[in-house]
Amino acid sequence: MKTIIIAGVGGQGVLTASDLLSDVLLDAGYNVKKSEVHGMSQRGGDVIATIKFGEEVFSPLPAIKNADYILAFEKLEGLRNINFLKNDGAMIVNDFVWEPLPVASGTVEYPDDIEDNLKKYSSDLILIPATDIATELGNVRTTNVLLVGVLASKMDIDKEIWINVVKRKVPPKSIDLNLSAFEKGYSFRA
Amino acid sequence: MKRELLSGNEAIARGAYEAGITFASAYPGTPSTEILENVVRYKDDIHCQWGTNEKTAFEEAMGATFTGARVLVAMKHVGLNVAADPLFSSSYLGADGGFIIVSADDPGMHSSQNEQDNRNYAIAAKIPVLEPSDSQEAKDFVIEGIKISEKFNTPVMLRSSTRVSHSRSAVETGERETPPELHYEKDFQKTMLLPVIARKKHIIVEERQKKIKEFSDTFKHNYIIEGKTRIGILASGIAFQNGREIFKDDWFLKVAMPYPFPEELYKKFADKVDKIYVLEENDPIMENFARLITPDKEIIGKDFFPLTGEMTEDVILSKLGKKDLTPEFDTNSIPHRPPSLCPGCPHTATFHNLNIQKVTVTGDIGCYTLGGLPPLNAMDTTIDMGASITAMLGMEKAMAKAGKKLKQAAVIGDSTFFHSGITGLLDLIYNDSKGTVIILDNSITAMTGHQDNPGTGKTLMGDDSPVVDILKLVRDGLGIEHSFEIDGYDVKGIRTLLREELKREKLSVIVVKRVCALLFKKPNWSPTVVDPDKCIKCNLCLKLGCPAITSKDGKAFIVSSLCTGCSVCIQVCPHDAMNHANEDGMHIKDTSLADFFKGGK
Repeated sequence: MKTIIIAGVGGQGVLTASDLLSDVLLDAGYNVKKSEVHGMSQRGGDVIATIKFGEEVFSPLPAIKNADYILAFEKLEGLRNINFLKNDGAMIVNDFVWEPLPVASGTVEYPDDIEDNLKKYSSDLILIPATDIATELGNVRTTNVLLVGVLASKMDIDKEIWINVVKRKVPPKSIDLNLSAFEKGYSFRA
Repeated sequence: MKRELLSGNEAIARGAYEAGITFASAYPGTPSTEILENVVRYKDDIHCQWGTNEKTAFEEAMGATFTGARVLVAMKHVGLNVAADPLFSSSYLGADGGFIIVSADDPGMHSSQNEQDNRNYAIAAKIPVLEPSDSQEAKDFVIEGIKISEKFNTPVMLRSSTRVSHSRSAVETGERETPPELHYEKDFQKTMLLPVIARKKHIIVEERQKKIKEFSDTFKHNYIIEGKTRIGILASGIAFQNGREIFKDDWFLKVAMPYPFPEELYKKFADKVDKIYVLEENDPIMENFARLITPDKEIIGKDFFPLTGEMTEDVILSKLGKKDLTPEFDTNSIPHRPPSLCPGCPHTATFHNLNIQKVTVTGDIGCYTLGGLPPLNAMDTTIDMGASITAMLGMEKAMAKAGKKLKQAAVIGDSTFFHSGITGLLDLIYNDSKGTVIILDNSITAMTGHQDNPGTGKTLMGDDSPVVDILKLVRDGLGIEHSFEIDGYDVKGIRTLLREELKREKLSVIVVKRVCALLFKKPNWSPTVVDPDKCIKCNLCLKLGCPAITSKDGKAFIVSSLCTGCSVCIQVCPHDAMNHANEDGMHIKDTSLADFFKGGK
C-alpha cells in the first residue's frame, strides 16, 4: 500500500487534484481510499488530502513517516507536512509563497530557510515554479494539474490513464489548457 | 451493480435513495451537511428540505413517519442536542415506515465546539445505533437501518464521524427499493404521548430493546475475523479501519451495532482470546458492555487509549510503544495559517467597529465567529447556536443587580438567528433588556458552504419560497421600536449607529445587510490600490484582517487578485491613501443585488 499527501491553501485546487488522482488510481486497478481535512479551508486555512492505494486499504488517514509522495502546492505547506514523509519518500513542492495572515499583518516572518529544511528532511526533492509556469501558459488555475503532471512522471502508471482522467475531470472548455499544463509538469526536469 | 468512489455522506444519500426513503430533512452542520446536498440529486423520488433548526427538521421527519413513509433526518452531533426532545419522544412513538436519524460526530473537533459521543443518546433514548466504518457501510447501513426500524418499530441512529463522512472509498451501488404504500389512520393510542399512553409505551420500548439485543447477535454486520494469536480487538467505526492497519494477525470483533451490544457474539470472541484491546472513538461504550459481560478478562480500553481526539493509527501505535511520534521537524516553529474572514466579507466592518469601540460581544456560531480572532478581536463568548442573544441578557441582568453596566452587544448571523435566535430575542423583549442585537445578514448559511435558509428565497430542492425580511420581522412583527438596517460596507454609518444604540437605554436591533462575498464570481473586478506616497505606515488597514491587505516595505499593499473592491479599507484609511483602481471593472460595493447574482451563483 502506498500513500500520497496533497497539501496547500484553500482555493488552490487541492481537493480537485486529489479527486483526479483518486480516479487515476481507481482506473489503474487499485483499491483507493481518500481523506480530506478542510473544515475551514474556504476561509484561507490550510488543506490536506490523503490518498492511499494498493491491493488492500483499510485506514484512509495519514500517518507520520508513512507518505511515499507529498505534493505541496505552497512551500510553507510543504514544510508543515514534512513529518509525514517516509525516509525514502519523494517531495514535490511548488516554488510559490502564499503568506498566511499572521505574516501579512506583520506579526511573524515567513521563514527564509524553507528550502534548506525541505532538503534536510527529504532526499528526493523537486522544486518547481508551477504557479509561474501555469500563469505563462495562460491560466494560473491549471497549477494543480501541472503539479499532478510532475507526480505522474514519478509514478509507474500508464500516461494514457492520466490523460484520460484529466480530460474527464476538467471543464470541457479548458481541456487543452489543462493537458498542456499536465505535459509541462510531466516533462519537467529540475 | 456499479462501483464508485463516494464520500461517506454521498453514500448515506445514495443509501437513502436505494432504501426507498421518500422524505429527508436536515439542518446543515459540519460534517453532516453534504448528506442532504446529495439527497437532492434524487429529488424526483425524495422530498428533501432544510429545517430551520435540527428540532424542526426532526419533528418534520416524525410527522412523515406517521404516514408510513420511510424517512431520514441528518445533523451534526451538537445538532442532536437541539433535537433531543423529539428524539426521546420518537423512541416511544416508534417508526411505521422506517426512520433513520443520522448523527455525524466530530472526534478531534475539526469544526465543532465539543466532541460528544452521540452513541450515548441512542442508549439514553433506547434506540439501536449503527456505526459505519467506510462509505460502503455508510450506504448499506441506511438500507439495513430501515429494515431494522420497520421490523422492530423503532427509530435507528446512524452514527457517522468526520472521517467516515469526509473520506472517500469504493461503493457498489444498487437499485431503489419500492417505497411502501402510505396508510395514515387516526389512532391516538399510537401517536399521542399522553402520560397514560406513554406508560404503556415505555413497557413496549423495554421489551423491544431485548428483542433488538437478540437480533444484534445475529446481525451479519457484527462479525468475528479469525486471528492467529490470543489477542482480540473489539472495534467499531473508523477506529476499526485504523486498527486493521496495525493488528494484522489478531482476532477482531467488528461491531456495527454497539447498542444494543451483541452479547453472545462477544462471548464467543472473548473465549478465543486472553487480552482484548477496545478501539472506539470518544467514550467507552463497547468497553463498558464488555467489562460487564466478562469482568475477569484483561480488557484494555480508555484507561490506556485517550478519551479525547481521534483514534488514529499513529495514536494507537504510539500508545502501544511501537512508534515515536516526536516530530523530526517542529512544525510549531513555522507560521500557522488560521482561517479568516474572506476578502470583501460583509462582516469585517462591523467587527472592526466593535473592536475599536471596545464592546463586550456575546457571539454565536458561523463564519463570523472568526471575528473573535486577531486582529479583529471582537468577540467575548461562543456557547452554542443562538446563545449570543440570551447570554447577553444574563450578563446584563446580573450586572444590573449589582448596580453595574457593560457596553454590550450580541452578534448573530441570519441563519443562526432563524435557527434559535428568535426565541432569545423574545426573552429580551419580555424581560426589558437594554441591549443591542446585531444580526449579520449575508442572506445565506455561509459557514457550512452556502445553504439556503428562510431568508434566501430558495428551498433545498431549488423552488422559490418567500423571503423572510429580518428587519420587518423584528420591527413590525415583534414591535422592537429601535430596529435598523444598514449596509455591511458602510463603515462610518455602522460606527455612528453603534455608538447611538449602545448608549440608548432601550433594546435595539441592527440588521447589517450584505450578501456573502463568496457568492459572487470575480471575472472583471477592479481592485483597490494603495498610493505609497500617502501611506504613513499606520497599519490601521491591516487591523481589518483582510487577506487581500498585506505590507510591502512597511507600507500597505493590496493583493489585487484577492481584492473585491469592497471599499472598507478605503473608508478606514485616515490618510486617503487607498482608492479604487481606475480601470474598467466592477466593485462589489457598487454592485446591486440583481447584478450580484447575475455575475455569480
